[in-house]
Amino acid sequence: MAIKPIDHAAELSKAGAGVESRLGKAWFLAKSYPLGAVGLILFLGLLFTGIFADVLAPMDPVKTNAETSLQGPGGQHMLGADMMGRDLLSRIIHGARISLAVGLGSTILGCSLGVIVGLASGYLLGWFDLITQRIIDIMQALPLLVMALVMAASLGPSLENTVIAISIPLVPHVARVIRSNTLSLREMPFVEAAKAIGMSETRIAVKHVLPNTLAPLIVLATAQLGSAILTEASLSFLGLGIPEPHASWGRMLSESAAEYVRTAPWLVIFPGIAISLAVFGANLLGDAVRDILDPRQRS
Amino acid sequence: MVAYIVRRTLLMAVTLIGMSIIIFALLRLVPGNIADILFDSAGFVDPAEKAALEEELGLSDSIPVQYWNWIVGLAQGDLGFSYVSELPAIDEIAPRIPITAKLAALALFFSVLFGLPLGVISAVKQNTWLDYFLRVVSLSGLSLPSFWLALLILMAFVTWFGTIPIYTDPPDNLWDELLLYSIPAAAVGFRSSALIMRLTRSSMLEVMRQDYIRTAKAKGASDRSVNYGHALANAVLPVVTIIGIEAAFLIGGLIVTETVFNIPGVARFLVEAIQWRDYPIVQNLVMFIGVIVVLTNFLVDLLYVSLDPRIKYE
Repeated sequence: MAIKPIDHAAELSKAGAGVESRLGKAWFLAKSYPLGAVGLILFLGLLFTGIFADVLAPMDPVKTNAETSLQGPGGQHMLGADMMGRDLLSRIIHGARISLAVGLGSTILGCSLGVIVGLASGYLLGWFDLITQRIIDIMQALPLLVMALVMAASLGPSLENTVIAISIPLVPHVARVIRSNTLSLREMPFVEAAKAIGMSETRIAVKHVLPNTLAPLIVLATAQLGSAILTEASLSFLGLGIPEPHASWGRMLSESAAEYVRTAPWLVIFPGIAISLAVFGANLLGDAVRDILDPRQRS
Repeated sequence: MVAYIVRRTLLMAVTLIGMSIIIFALLRLVPGNIADILFDSAGFVDPAEKAALEEELGLSDSIPVQYWNWIVGLAQGDLGFSYVSELPAIDEIAPRIPITAKLAALALFFSVLFGLPLGVISAVKQNTWLDYFLRVVSLSGLSLPSFWLALLILMAFVTWFGTIPIYTDPPDNLWDELLLYSIPAAAVGFRSSALIMRLTRSSMLEVMRQDYIRTAKAKGASDRSVNYGHALANAVLPVVTIIGIEAAFLIGGLIVTETVFNIPGVARFLVEAIQWRDYPIVQNLVMFIGVIVVLTNFLVDLLYVSLDPRIKYE
């Protein structure tokens, strides 16, 4: 078997050497993680649609019109109209805003609370740690949707309450990861050095330990985004999430549900595609972010 | 081993007691009780009637007393009465459990049936088009809301066959039952199979990097023997652990799927009870779900020890 000489230049360029410009780096990253790039595009699409919903939507998403009730796609309504004659396309575009608000809102809230609990638990140890760990165990034993359901029902239906109901079940996952990171970080020489020069414990925790947990936190947050969007859709589908007249994708499916399967299939198909694309994008992005930031878990 | 089981059992008891407190507190996060809600919706309040109702439902006691009454009842198998039907909660919950259990078992069966082999194929063919395709399929499995998938299946059946087997009366024979449950089970199982597939794939890849795989290859073992005899045998162990996670995962899927397919199981009943604010049903059902998840995880841990001789619990 002849040994092929190594083409050093080709190998180097394959590994991304010599890429200097920012655009070049981004292109290299996109080529290395094609699925992640697709995820990023989908997510940016969701972000764009959500932010500019008012401009993008051809009609008022809450304006009812008895004459166009259950009108099919094409003509005046590109994707058809719902029972109340509201334009489906406009409702889906505005739904992006709700999905984004709940998805990002609950992920950010859940992660912030999780970081505080995890950091305190890993840094203080002792009784505080023991008790929080037990509570986290308990919370993790309950399925996310069940917990969110109970909380949403207990708090009552509103946008803010839905964000809270979805964020609380995320806290234990985040707290657990941040705690284990904190436990290993506090033994690091730079923490010891900070202690030696007389820094206070709180300052060490916030200034030295916290920034080092950023990578796993970003990995977790992007991974949770998809499940937060999905949980909002499920809650709203079950009638316990975002109340009317907000255009929530899950809610749109619950109105149309089984009875329109036969008579108005567009009411079932299009909102479902919107949810799936948003969650799919978030999941692809989450996978790529994990591969980039946490090479040990690379799949 | 005995010491380990005893310790885990004690820990489990602590977890379940803590869970009961959390559930009880969660349901009483917001001021106002069932009497307020009933009277609010009726539009008028007669304080005497309201007090009588609160007395009857045991809501006039302080919160800790209410909690204590619930726990003592639970320990004696008395789950209280449903606010809505006024029947004993146990009579409402118990008949619905087998329905959901059968559905869950079938869904789990489907998810392993598809998830495990596809995960192995994906790992063995790593970074080929087949692998990319399977990964996209599994990721979309995790991205499709199960209620939407259920609606699409419903739609497909209605369009192509004009009808779909729908739960009206309890099925007479095993064949009817299988037919009735397999469609919703497939809808739930698809999502779970995606999870199993992903975990099998990453577990397989992890194992295939090990030295003993290289040794097996070096001594000339066939690909087949290396992949299935050496790699899969070791890779399947971590997959067993996720059956514990799967229990929690399946329940989430069952909640929406039972609602779409109109199946009178416990998962749909939980949603109904939450919508009606039937707290005795809700707190007992959530507790029941918690017990199932905690027990499954315990059993999976024990199973793990007996499957993997390298692991010893002290």
